[in-house]
Amino acid sequence: MTALNNDIQAHNRRATMLGSFVSNVAVRRFIWQALAALALFGSVFWLAANLHHNLAARNIASGFGFLTREAGLPIAEHLIAYTPADSYFRALLVGTLNTLSVAFWSIILATILGTAIGVARTSKNWLLAKLSSIYVDLFRDVPLLLQLFLWYTILQKLPPVRQALNPVAGVFLSNRGLSFPVVDWQAAHGWTLLAFVLCLLATTLYAKRASRKQLEEGRAKSFWPVAIILLVIIPLVVGFSLGASTNLDMPQPKGFNIRGGVTVSPEFFALLVGLVIYNAAFIAEIVRSGLESVGRGQHEAARALGLHPKNILTWIVFPQALRVIVPPLTSQYLNVTKGSSLAVAIGYQDIVSVATTSMNQTGQSIELVGVIMGVYLTISLSISLLMNIYNARVALVER
Amino acid sequence: MIAETDPTTKATAVSIQKVNKWYGSLHVLRDVDLDVAAGERVVICGPSGSGKSTLIRCINNLEEHQQGKIVVDGIQVDHNIAHLDAIRREVGMVFQSFNLFPHLTVLENCTLAPMLVRGVARPDAEAQARAYLERVRIPDQANKFPGQLSGGQQQRVAIARALCMKPKIMLFDEPTSALDPEMVKEVLDTMVSLAKDGMTMICVTHEMGFAREVADRVVFMDHGQIVESGSPHSVFGQPRTDRLKLFLGQVLREH
Amino acid sequence: MTALVEHIVNPTLIEARERPELIGGGFFAWAREKLFYSWLSSLTTLVLLAAMAKVGISLFQWAFLDAVWSVPAGPQGPITDSCRALGSGACWAVIREKYRFILFGTYPFEQHWRPAIVIALFVGLFVVSAMKRFWRIELAALWGLMLLLIGLLMWGGIFGLTFVSQANWGGLALTLIIATIGVAIAFPLSVLVALGRRSDLPFIKWLCVAYVEVIRGVPLITLLFMASVMFPLLMPEGVNLDKLVRAQIAIILFFAAYLAEVVRGGLQALPKGQYEAAYVLGLSYWQTSRRIVLPQALRTVIPPLVNNFIGFFKDTSLVLIIGLYDLLHSAQVAVAEPAWQGFGVETYIFAGLIYFAFCFAMSRYSQWLEFGLNMLRHR
Repeated sequence: MTALNNDIQAHNRRATMLGSFVSNVAVRRFIWQALAALALFGSVFWLAANLHHNLAARNIASGFGFLTREAGLPIAEHLIAYTPADSYFRALLVGTLNTLSVAFWSIILATILGTAIGVARTSKNWLLAKLSSIYVDLFRDVPLLLQLFLWYTILQKLPPVRQALNPVAGVFLSNRGLSFPVVDWQAAHGWTLLAFVLCLLATTLYAKRASRKQLEEGRAKSFWPVAIILLVIIPLVVGFSLGASTNLDMPQPKGFNIRGGVTVSPEFFALLVGLVIYNAAFIAEIVRSGLESVGRGQHEAARALGLHPKNILTWIVFPQALRVIVPPLTSQYLNVTKGSSLAVAIGYQDIVSVATTSMNQTGQSIELVGVIMGVYLTISLSISLLMNIYNARVALVER
Repeated sequence: MIAETDPTTKATAVSIQKVNKWYGSLHVLRDVDLDVAAGERVVICGPSGSGKSTLIRCINNLEEHQQGKIVVDGIQVDHNIAHLDAIRREVGMVFQSFNLFPHLTVLENCTLAPMLVRGVARPDAEAQARAYLERVRIPDQANKFPGQLSGGQQQRVAIARALCMKPKIMLFDEPTSALDPEMVKEVLDTMVSLAKDGMTMICVTHEMGFAREVADRVVFMDHGQIVESGSPHSVFGQPRTDRLKLFLGQVLREH
Repeated sequence: MTALVEHIVNPTLIEARERPELIGGGFFAWAREKLFYSWLSSLTTLVLLAAMAKVGISLFQWAFLDAVWSVPAGPQGPITDSCRALGSGACWAVIREKYRFILFGTYPFEQHWRPAIVIALFVGLFVVSAMKRFWRIELAALWGLMLLLIGLLMWGGIFGLTFVSQANWGGLALTLIIATIGVAIAFPLSVLVALGRRSDLPFIKWLCVAYVEVIRGVPLITLLFMASVMFPLLMPEGVNLDKLVRAQIAIILFFAAYLAEVVRGGLQALPKGQYEAAYVLGLSYWQTSRRIVLPQALRTVIPPLVNNFIGFFKDTSLVLIIGLYDLLHSAQVAVAEPAWQGFGVETYIFAGLIYFAFCFAMSRYSQWLEFGLNMLRHR
C-alpha cells in the first residue's frame, strides 16, 4: 500500500501545479464554456455598439414608441375594424390576424386534400394511385413562390366582373377574386352553431362510451341513430325555434364590383390555392408513409383474429399510423404558417408585408424584424406545444 | 482483503478502496474493496444487477464512482484528464456487445487507436495488428468488415483490437453472454491463451469452467457488495453464504 | 457485398420480370385486376379517365396546337400580336426570345458562355458527388477546386476574361451558386452545431439549441430581410457587404439550422457502445467524432440530407424578394417589357420545369439511396 502511495506521489510531482489544474476535467469544461460565452457576448456587444453608432449617425431613435403613432397605411383586407388613421400597433395586429387566417384555412384545406391524395396513393386502383403520385411529384418539386406567382398570374387573367365565370349558381370567379354566398348572419345562427358544437362534444363522448361498452359487454350498440339526433336534429330544432332565416346573401355582379356575399381577394385566393396545393403534396406523402408503416403483419394478424375490415382500420391501422403521422405533420403545419410569409411577394397584407411597409415608412427596421420574429416564434411554439400534447396522447408507450 | 498473491513481491495493478456509487437513490456499489496484483486473473461473478459490470466500468472511468479511491497502475482515477488518458492507454476492455466499428475493416479497427493515440506508423501498426489477429486465429479476415463475421469472430477481433494498444490490464465485461453457445468456446480459448501469457485480467463472466481453469481468484458480488472471494476451488467447492449457494445452484442448473 | 444485395433484390427482380408477362398475357386481364376489380373501382377509373381526357385535351390544345412558337421582329422589338389574338394558346415565342435572360440574367450577352460553363460544371459536380465510389476525402478538395474555378469564370478579371461584377450575375447560374455555396458552408457548420447540441457542456448545448430553434421557428424571408436591412446597421461604418454576400450569409445560417437537426438524428441513432469502445481505446473527443461517430452517423442520414437539399434549392427562390436576380426573378422580369407583358405563365412554366428537373432528380436519387440503405439494414 505504501509503495502504491509513493507511486501516486511521484506521479503527481511529475505534473506541475498549473498543468494539473488545467487538465482537471471540471476546470477544462469551465474554460471551454467561458470561451464560448466570451465569444458570444463579445460579438453581441460589438454588434450592439455598431448598431448604436449607426442609429445615431442616421438619426433613428430606437424603441417601440412608434407603435402608437398613426400608421397611414391602407390595408385592404382586415378581420377587425381598421382605417389608415389607426396606429402601427393595430396595423401589425391586422397583419398578424391575416397571417393566422390564411394559415388556418390553408392548414385545414391542405389536410383534407393531402389526406385524400395520400390515401389514394395506397389505393389498389392503379390509375388513382398513379395520378396521385404524379400530383405529389409535380407540386413538391417546384418552388412554392413560383407556384404562387403562377396562380396569381392566372387569376389576374380571369375575365372582369362583367364576364365573371359562374361555375355554380351563386359562385363568381373574376379578376376581382372569388365570390360566394353566405347566410345572413343573425343571433339565431350563433345559437344554432353553439348547439351544434355542444352536440358534437356530446357525440364524441357518446362514441367513446359506446366503444368502451362494446368491449366490456361484448355487443355492439347502435351509434348512428344517436349521432344523427344529436348532430342534425337538435341543431335544426334550435335553429327553427329561434326563427333563424335560411336566406342566403347572394353575390351579384354590379358594374365593376360584386355586391353581396363574400368576396376573397385574388391575393388571398392565390396564396390559399398555392399553399394548399403545395403543402397537400407533402401531407399526402406523410399520410402515405404513415399508412404504409403499419406492417403487413398487423393486417394479417388482425384478419387471422377474425376482425372486420372496418374494425381493422379503426382499431389496428389508424392508431398506429397516427403515431407515425403526427410528428412530421406538425412540422408541415409549421411550414404552412412560415410559407404564408410569401404573401409579401404577391401583395397579400400579412404580418411580413405590413411590417416591411412600416419599415420603409419609419426606418425602425430592428424593432419590426423583431416583431415579425416574435409573431412567428409564438405561432411556432404554440403549434408545437399543441401537437406535442396531442402526440403524447396518441403515442404508444415503448419499452 | 486477502489476496493469494503476495503484494510485496508483485506490484499492485488495480487497487479499489471503499468505493461507493449511486444511480440516483439506487446504491449500486457498497464499500467495495479489491486489490488485483500484476499478472493476476480475477473472475467476478454474481446475479444480474449485482454491480459487477458497474465495478469494472469504474476502473477505466466509463462510469464515475462517487466515493472511495481507485488506483490503476499507480495512477488515481480522478478528474485529471492526464490521469484518465494514461489509464485508458494502460487498460484494455472487451464488451458484451463487441462494439466493433462497423464502418472500418477488421484491420482498420485494430490499427486506428495505435496510430491515433500511440502515434505508431501505419506499417508498424498493421504488422502488429496482423500478429494479434493471427494470435486470436483469424488472420485471413483482416480486410472484411465486422458485419461479415460471426459473433465469435467479432469478439475475437475485439480482443485483438484491445491488445493492439499493448495494455497492461484487460477488462472483460461478460464477453460471451451475447454469443451463440457454439461460439463461446472459441472466445474462451482465446482468453485462456491470453491468461497463460501472464496478462492481468479482470473478467465479469458466468463461465465456471473458464474460472476454474485460469482464475487466481473468484469474487462473488451481490447487491453491490463483495460477498465472498477466494480461489475457484474454495469459492465453488465450499460456498460459505446462502446467497452464493443459491447463485451457484441457479448457474449450474442453467449449464 | 454486392452479391448479398443482389440476393436480396432478386425476388423483386423476378416479380418485375413477371409483370410484362402478365400484360403480354392480356391487357384486359391486367386492367380487370388493377382498374375494374369492383364496381367502385370501375366508377373511379371511368371518372378519372373522363377528367383526364377533358383536362388533357384542353391543355394539349393550349400548349401545342394553338401555341405560338415565334413572332416576327419589328422595328420597335418583337411584334406579339399573334400571341394576343383571340383563341391563341401558349406564347412559347417569349421563351425563344428570353431563355438566355432567364438562364443567365443580366450577365453581359457576349459573355454568356461563361455562366453556361458554370452551370455545366455544377451539374457535373453534383453527378460526381452522387456516386458512392467518389465518397472520399478527395471529394472535398474537388469541391474547393470547382468553387474556385466557378468564381474565376463568373468574376473573370484575369486570363483575359473581362471582369463582371456580381451585381450582374443572375438566372439559373445565380440560383445554383447560392444553393451550392449555401450547402457547402452550411454543412460543416451544421455538423459542429449538431455535435454542440449533444455536448455535455451546458452553455454550448444551450447556445446550439437556441440557434437551431430560433432559426427554424421563423420563415427564411425574415432572415433575408434581416440580411438586407439590419445587417448594414450591425456592421461598423465603412463596411459595406454586397447584397449577394449578405443574402448568402442569411441562407447559410438558415440551411445550417435545418441540417443540424438532420445530423443530430444520425448522432442519436448511433449506439452508446461505439462511444464507449472509442473512449476505452484512448481516442480523444475530436478523434472519436471524426473517425468513429460522424462517418457512421452521416452515412445513415444521407437520404434526409438530400431531401433537405431539395427544399433548399427551392428556397433560394426567395432571394427575389430582396431583389436578387435568381432564376425565378429572371423569369418574372423577362415579361416586364411592354411587348411581352402578360406572358408570365409561359416563363414561370419554363423556370418551373428547370426547378422540377433538379428537384425530381434529387428526390429520385434520395429514394434510391434509401432503398439501398434499407436493403443493407435488413440483412
